[in-house]
Amino acid sequence: MPTYVLTDKCKGCMECVKICPSDIMHIDPVQGRAYNIEPPMCWECYCCVKACPEAAIDIRGYAGFAPRGQSVVPTRTPDRGQWKIRVLNGDTKELVFPIRTTPWGSIRAPQEAPAPPAEALRSELLSFEPEYLAVDALPTLPRPASAGG
Amino acid sequence: MGESSSSATHIVDCDILIVGGGFAGCGAAYEARYWGRDLKIVIVEKAAIERSGAVAQGLSAINCYMGMRWNENQPEDFVRYVRNDLMGLSREDLVYDMARHVDSTVHMFEEWGLPIFTDPQTGRYVREGRWQIMIHGESYKPIVAEAARKAASEVYERIVVTHLLPDAQDPKRVAGAVGVNVRDGSFYVFRAKAVIVASAGASHIYRPRSAGEGAGRTWYPPWASGSAYGLLIQMGAEMTQMENRLVVTRFKDGYGPVGAWFLMLKAVATNAAGEHFESARLPELRTRVGAYADAKPMPTCLRNHLMLQEILEGKGPILLHTERVLDTPEKEAIGWEDFLNMTIGQAVTWASQGIEPTKVPSELILSEPYVMGSHAVCAGAWTSGPKDVALGEYSWGYNRMTTIQGLFGAGDTVGGSAHKFSSGSYTEGRLAAKAAVAFLTDHPGAPTVSETAIAQLRTTVYAPMDRYDAKKGNVTTGTVSPDYLFPDQGLHRLEKIMDEYAGGVSANYITNEHLLTRALEHLRRLRVDLGSMAAKDLHQLQRVWELDHRLWTAEAVVRHTLFRKETRWPGYYYRADYPRVDDENWHCFVNSVYEPASGEWKLFTRPYRALF
Ligand SMILES: Cc1cc2nc3c(=O)[nH]c(=O)nc-3n(C[C@H](O)[C@H](O)[C@H](O)COP(=O)(O)OP(=O)(O)OC[C@H]3O[C@@H](n4cnc5c(N)ncnc54)[C@H](O)[C@@H]3O)c2cc1C
Ligand code: SF4
Ligand code: SF4
Repeated sequence: MPTYVLTDKCKGCMECVKICPSDIMHIDPVQGRAYNIEPPMCWECYCCVKACPEAAIDIRGYAGFAPRGQSVVPTRTPDRGQWKIRVLNGDTKELVFPIRTTPWGSIRAPQEAPAPPAEALRSELLSFEPEYLAVDALPTLPRPASAGG
Repeated sequence: MGESSSSATHIVDCDILIVGGGFAGCGAAYEARYWGRDLKIVIVEKAAIERSGAVAQGLSAINCYMGMRWNENQPEDFVRYVRNDLMGLSREDLVYDMARHVDSTVHMFEEWGLPIFTDPQTGRYVREGRWQIMIHGESYKPIVAEAARKAASEVYERIVVTHLLPDAQDPKRVAGAVGVNVRDGSFYVFRAKAVIVASAGASHIYRPRSAGEGAGRTWYPPWASGSAYGLLIQMGAEMTQMENRLVVTRFKDGYGPVGAWFLMLKAVATNAAGEHFESARLPELRTRVGAYADAKPMPTCLRNHLMLQEILEGKGPILLHTERVLDTPEKEAIGWEDFLNMTIGQAVTWASQGIEPTKVPSELILSEPYVMGSHAVCAGAWTSGPKDVALGEYSWGYNRMTTIQGLFGAGDTVGGSAHKFSSGSYTEGRLAAKAAVAFLTDHPGAPTVSETAIAQLRTTVYAPMDRYDAKKGNVTTGTVSPDYLFPDQGLHRLEKIMDEYAGGVSANYITNEHLLTRALEHLRRLRVDLGSMAAKDLHQLQRVWELDHRLWTAEAVVRHTLFRKETRWPGYYYRADYPRVDDENWHCFVNSVYEPASGEWKLFTRPYRALF
């Protein structure tokens, strides 16, 4: 633990292996299914849980301080995240939040904008400034005369 | 045949190499492409950029936003705030520079599709606090990664960068980096004209409070391996504020954030008896830190200090009274979402312990220390500031360039520029990248990389696997061998040394000259043992090199803490032999340089200069 993989559900598709930021979801060569190779380096970040197409991964809270009996199950659609929480006394909560307001893949790459004039490279402005600052000009300070250098 | 001789070597030539595709790295890729249309821009990342770094789970707030368009704050206001919070010590030119640009980053995120809470009446972002705005940030990282993928020429994933490469002609000029692909075992040599290091701060330098299976429940993620510092120190880059490490107040065990609770929901903390303890402790605080005790808002470290004193007097646990403020279902939903978007483990903790936040208060605790540069602390590399505002010796080259030619930093990597958080780290990545493009324009030639240096590094990098293969037969089975240590064994030693000698939780953050000197002796022996590490597989090989970077970071922390003879940040750590703030002698930066040729460390001070 903290992540564990249900034998009957895992298809060995590697999605959890590809995403885990800690490099701890690996495929067991004998079973051909995923498992957590290093539980003490698991952040309970649920990245693998969210990525698994078979809903085969769950998390049992850290044995060190979390009594058994709860569950938190996230489900993502392109624009919403849904969370089902089962608390110790059996109550459940369901929470739904937006996760993105635009279609996935719709971000305009910086190179699609016209190339900036060469001399702009020496200014203090970043790409799309000052427009994206939504103020007239980039703030600066008068340099105190004593500053030197 | 050993791993070092059997695995393939790939050479990747590029103009700009970005080490780490977290927030700062993604910002760097985006901006580098805007200015450098024809450049080859490469990201190398040890995980997958859609879910890597400190924002892998998502976030529920953007902690740095000025709101200049609504005249909410100006960059000068932010500099005053940071000056205060860091007890008078930050590189104000860097802080100002980040602050004046950060709004354009946030507006870009919103346009890309990040849901930001907006007040329907005023059309303004909903403030969590003066600098923070609320977001539905479950997909914050994948959104930011989408833009970076489109901007970069190539993204190499599952490659852990182990070393930077110096120019063969000039050791003070960077020429690239090397690393191992932990999926196929091949060796990667990136030859670059400029390198931007954005490989984040460090957890697990100090022994965490959580034990056993739960050891991964640190507040900063377990994959924060101090690579930003480890890579730079070995190259001989000048470092600053490495003693300024972070301790955070969080919900106990799950380490759920408290910002929204204190700032937005206006929850209060008391001791176990229900007493408000902060004001009663102010007189004691004034004797330690003088006027800083009355700074508004109270500096983060001092709030920690007051809580710690209360706990040490046996008046804990400290309780955050969630039950007094959750008077509507909407507020309760905000409370849960705050965790579900960034510290899911806290929701698990509440659920598993049967804590109903509308009915009972929750315990708060102080975390183990972390080393980072983007939060209420600013450890990291000493970098050049922006030409138009940097003062005196704060500007010697290109913005955010370290003291190594062509080597830039951003996010946790850059020292002195605190309170960047996600938006500011991204912004600093943009600043570093634009400066790197200017550097390339002025220095179009490629540095030279020595073949022998690469061959040597290759042998070094794979040595733990070769050692395991050669020696494993000497013992029957299991993990105990007289010939080598495995990386988790070395990590536990490092955590114990730092915890007990350099002011970790078991020492109540207290240390002194004797303890720090002992720490250095222990770290030196650990460094020797690091020369005989074993790795059974590529995953363990990654852990060995992460441990190496953590050890470099730890050594810098100890040396800096030893050099600064005062207690500037009580609540982060205490020098028991110098318990007070000493503005007369120590209102300055402590900097260090490790000389790779001689193996010597130099420590010295640099002046603090107020921007206004
Ligand atoms: C629990 C938590 C809550 C937070 N809350 C907030 C908040 O509410 N609002 C806010 O604005 N900020 C918040 N932050 C802070 C914010 O996440 C950080 O300040 C920011 O991510 C730092 O950016 P960075 O690019 O320096 O590091 P990261 O984003 O961590 O990126 C570092 C990258 O480098 C990679 N890397 C590391 N080592 C190597 C190596 N050796 N080789 C190759 N790649 C490597 C990592 O995998 C990672 O992708 C929070 C952080 C945490 C942990
Ligand atoms: S993602 Fe799910 S199904 Fe695929 S390998 Fe992992 S656990 Fe198995
Ligand atoms: S919860 Fe996170 S750290 Fe743990 S195995 Fe899954 S992806 Fe990896």
